[in-house]
Amino acid sequence: MFAPRLFGSGKIRGGVHPDGRKDATSDRPILTNLPLPSRLYVPLNQHSGDDALPLVRPGDRVLKGQLIGKASGRVSASIHAPTSGTVLAIEAVTMPHPSGLPAMAVIIEPDGDDRWIEIPTPPDPFSLDPDVLASKVEEAGVVGMGGAIFPAAIKLRQGRRFEIQTLIINGSECEPFLTTDDRLMQERADEIVEGTRLIRKIIEAYRAVIAIEDNKPAAIAAIQAAANKVGAIEVMVVPAHYPMGSAKQLIQAVTGLEVPAGKRSNDIGVLVHNVATAWAIQQALVYGKPLLSRVTTVAGACVAQPQNVEVLFGTPIEHVFKVCGGLTGVPARLLMGGPMMGQILPSLDVPIIKGSSGVLALSKAEVNAHTSSPCIRCARCVDACPMGLVPLEMARNSRADKLDAAQEFGLRDCILCGSCAYVCPSHIPLVQYFEYAKGELADRRSSQQKQEYTKGLIDARKERLEQERLAKEAAKAAKEAAKAAKDAARAAAKAEKEAAQAKTQHPESTTTSPADNCVREEQP
Amino acid sequence: MNSITHELPLRAAPHAHDRSSVDRIMLKVCLALSPATAYGLYLFGWPAIILFVVTLLAAVATEALCLRLAGLPLQRLLDGSALLTGWLYAATLPPWAPWWIGAGGVAFGLIVGKHLYGGIGQNLFNPAMLARVAVLISFPVQLTTWVNPMPLGSELAPGFVDALAIIFANADYAAHLSAAPSGVDAMTGASWLGASKVAVGAGTDVGQWLAADFPLTAAFSGHIRGSLGETSALLILVGGLWLIWARVISWHIPASMLGMLSLCAWLASHFNGHLFPGPLFQLTTGAAMLGAFFIATDYVTSPASATGKLLFGAGCGLLLFTIRSWGSFPEGVAFAVLFMNALTPLIDRFIKPRAYGRTLGGKTLKHSDMRKIV
Ligand code: SF4
Ligand code: SF4
Repeated sequence: MFAPRLFGSGKIRGGVHPDGRKDATSDRPILTNLPLPSRLYVPLNQHSGDDALPLVRPGDRVLKGQLIGKASGRVSASIHAPTSGTVLAIEAVTMPHPSGLPAMAVIIEPDGDDRWIEIPTPPDPFSLDPDVLASKVEEAGVVGMGGAIFPAAIKLRQGRRFEIQTLIINGSECEPFLTTDDRLMQERADEIVEGTRLIRKIIEAYRAVIAIEDNKPAAIAAIQAAANKVGAIEVMVVPAHYPMGSAKQLIQAVTGLEVPAGKRSNDIGVLVHNVATAWAIQQALVYGKPLLSRVTTVAGACVAQPQNVEVLFGTPIEHVFKVCGGLTGVPARLLMGGPMMGQILPSLDVPIIKGSSGVLALSKAEVNAHTSSPCIRCARCVDACPMGLVPLEMARNSRADKLDAAQEFGLRDCILCGSCAYVCPSHIPLVQYFEYAKGELADRRSSQQKQEYTKGLIDARKERLEQERLAKEAAKAAKEAAKAAKDAARAAAKAEKEAAQAKTQHPESTTTSPADNCVREEQP
Repeated sequence: MNSITHELPLRAAPHAHDRSSVDRIMLKVCLALSPATAYGLYLFGWPAIILFVVTLLAAVATEALCLRLAGLPLQRLLDGSALLTGWLYAATLPPWAPWWIGAGGVAFGLIVGKHLYGGIGQNLFNPAMLARVAVLISFPVQLTTWVNPMPLGSELAPGFVDALAIIFANADYAAHLSAAPSGVDAMTGASWLGASKVAVGAGTDVGQWLAADFPLTAAFSGHIRGSLGETSALLILVGGLWLIWARVISWHIPASMLGMLSLCAWLASHFNGHLFPGPLFQLTTGAAMLGAFFIATDYVTSPASATGKLLFGAGCGLLLFTIRSWGSFPEGVAFAVLFMNALTPLIDRFIKPRAYGRTLGGKTLKHSDMRKIV
């Protein structure tokens, strides 16, 4: 009862079992060394947080691995040139986001040589100090590659400030279609295990667990074999159950603990990193290689040759599809990420970025979209919600703009996993309502902050005026007091003189003066 | 191919679906109802079949009219919800009730109980039960006249033409009775629930009376006087369990409703067997089974959370026992369910599942609480 609980049952609440559809890609090796596209559009923001500052100018020649964008701001990550070539421009390009809002990118014309910048052989990372290792991860521009795209170094440093019981390396990959982590584990198991050991060294975790869903037997075998070689790394097989890959759910499955609402996993002594991040960290620390590419799954019924490819960041998606035999027919949905949480792509021009776990071209049958009908209160969404929320009420209230009521039914805890909408027989776009309501709430918060800020300014001004007034009054009072004091002093001197004269006759009358002192001390 | 046109409007994730649909759910419920109803139709013959068909047709026609008036697409008819309402309502009727009880009742239920609230998903009360209570109060005689089982093809069963006369022309059963061979003294009688009430009122020891007269096995299998689709506890149980297995309904409401009813009946009969029949009588008569599996579980009018459902079911069971024991009507499923329907919004407001990372009260979980919870 009192000992910290270390083992979970592998279970999560709610959740769904979507059709995996991973067979098309899980047995094919990762295609590497893709032909270079004619242009790379490397966004300066491929992470959560602030844009990196560009370090190059149009016309500059860059080498593969050269730093072209420097992390700036509290949360940010560095960007490196994915290949050698010439910088053509730094301008806004469309980003892989349904809004289609543009962001600044360094546009590079590859020279075809793919020439590396000189990388000195790094010292054995296991001999280095954890803080030094964290800085090296930062320099390599590594971010969370499971989709969170949070700068990895910041997460590692945060982890160092807490006592971490359990490091979980997330190899669950619960999204249908996606097999990038699966293939990575099958093909680069030793690197992932070494990455895990390095992360563990940095955060000084007691325990390191690589958690893999039971629908990936080949990956489990490969990782188990690699872990056996070094020892002290546990492999835990968790059931294939969406959204197992969500950090909160995986923590529950592996440790049996829940992350308290509004807290971070650090607070309960757990840190989660994705297997692809572990691989990237290993590459950075062992070989000194910055993060230039990632493995991404190209799949869906409209892709001629579905497979995993290792793609340089900035490669247009159109090029990626071309490498995979092109598109067959017009896809019903073009997505970045998996079908459960992925985002609709505004066009084929958008580049692959650090968080692109997959690009999918889905057929109509795969999407199975229907016009929605009224909620029949069947509560299937309630049963499916892994967070224990009441999606039907959240949606009803969001729709009526009753955001407080929506919050009460769980909006603030919603992880947007889509399980509820997946099972809704009325095809209600629940997540769309939640995204809308969350956006509204964020707006409301920021306008409130603005108001508070303005109010703060006004208050500050008032206070300043008040203080000035007080100061003036004080000065005046002081003047008067000084005058009074002078008078008093004069009087006192006079009195003293008289007293002195008197003292010679009555010595005990001086006792009044200490009492005077007391009163003066209390005044300030 | 510079920009791609999406065939469908831009939408948020998920971009996949489990292929469930409202019509498929309704269809499954109808499928689960059909063994008990088919048996009832067989048992009560042509008049019951005609009443059933008329009620269903009236339900569909009313729904179509309401959709039309509301300016909604008629495709909504295909969701099957009106059909199900009609079916459930018909199942609770005396098998030889006149046609206007069936058609008028279901029209009232759908118009007042569903469409005046704004249509599917918006109603507070179960439309079938609202209809049932409305006709019970307005036409108590027609609603408490029960025929004995006269299976299709049996000697006593009325033919199709006789059946038309019974349902549409309100032909006196006596006319049909005259054809009956001697020895059959009554074609009709009180329902077993009603009879037990009469017995209690007359000061009979209900325990002894039941032991002597009540055909428990027949009540369980369904060969007994009763409503059109309610007589066979066994077939309803089979259908209901299948619905649970098929994940159309959850076990919470049936279990807590039947559990509470049995518990009350057991306690009462244990302490006063002269006045109170035991749980087996309660479970196998009237609409207890149908109510627990098919009526109280109506999605729209029951709570969403598991705990809420347990509470709702227990409330239904308790009220059902109370009304059956002390109310002025022998049967109380409709009243009990309607009463709990009215409490559903309140239950849903105050009883929510425990959110991940929070206590039941919605506070942030503390590390120390957590070890107790997991
Ligand atoms: S799953 Fe859909 S129809 Fe069912 S209660 Fe939830 S929102 Fe309503
Ligand atoms: S999207 Fe939100 S409400 Fe829906 S299942 Fe996931 S966490 Fe629950």
